[in-house]
Amino acid sequence: MIMLTLGSLFILSTAVAMLRKPDVYLRINITTKTATLGLGLILLSSAIYFWDYSVTTRVIAIILFIFLTAPIGGHMLMRSAYLTKTKKWEGMKVDDLEGQYDPKTKKLYSEKRNTGFAPETTEKD
Amino acid sequence: MIKSLFLSNILLALVWVFATGTLTQENFLFGFLIAFGILWLITINRTEIKYFSFVPKILWFFLFVLSKIIAANLQTVKESLYKKDDLSPAIIKVPLAAKSDLEITFLANLICLTPGTMVLDVSDDKKAMYVHSLHCEDRDTFIKEIKTEFEQRLLDLMR
Repeated sequence: MIMLTLGSLFILSTAVAMLRKPDVYLRINITTKTATLGLGLILLSSAIYFWDYSVTTRVIAIILFIFLTAPIGGHMLMRSAYLTKTKKWEGMKVDDLEGQYDPKTKKLYSEKRNTGFAPETTEKD
Repeated sequence: MIKSLFLSNILLALVWVFATGTLTQENFLFGFLIAFGILWLITINRTEIKYFSFVPKILWFFLFVLSKIIAANLQTVKESLYKKDDLSPAIIKVPLAAKSDLEITFLANLICLTPGTMVLDVSDDKKAMYVHSLHCEDRDTFIKEIKTEFEQRLLDLMR
């Protein structure tokens, strides 16, 4: 019961953060984190409720796969957001990724380059 | 060496399960612990063999990751109530010491699950990683934190 409530509270906080954050990158950053623990707690509470061997093993497997895959999903979303030049918030101070992608081949360089590939910032409101 | 010791550990645990006659996961875990103790006792030069420091280390590492995940979630709850002005997001280039694909994958997963950071991309020559962070006051301390806290620990385990 307590775990279920806590888990759903975590997910609620994600939803609130989703509405309040100014740009895509921040939203992705926040949603990937809370989803893991929120879902984990809800699944664990179901395992405790049923208290059954087969349910518990399935819950463990699901949690393991969520922990493995959620970061990958977030990373791919963020990368594609950057590649399609989604606007970034003007509060972003440092951006090392600016000008590091090759505009044509989308190759990413590790040494300092200036290819001029960067998303624009949003206007001040 | 690690593999053969691990196999004999499992074998001894199975022997324990058969000897006691109750096939449950708790009994298997208990047998595993006992077998680990026995192997530790009968090995002559313990400090040279990595297996005995590896098992406690990996358990410790799991606890560490779990605590980080919980911290990340509590921070997110706090984060969702912040005003916009308190944020200072940044994308920072972190040079990589990890070489193989597996190491980089684990490191990236680890970074994604910890407070306020998210991997954006890994460069094609695998020398640097671009990390998006919610709060970043100073670039050097940030890089140092990731290096010592995650990369060092992970590479200690995997090599």
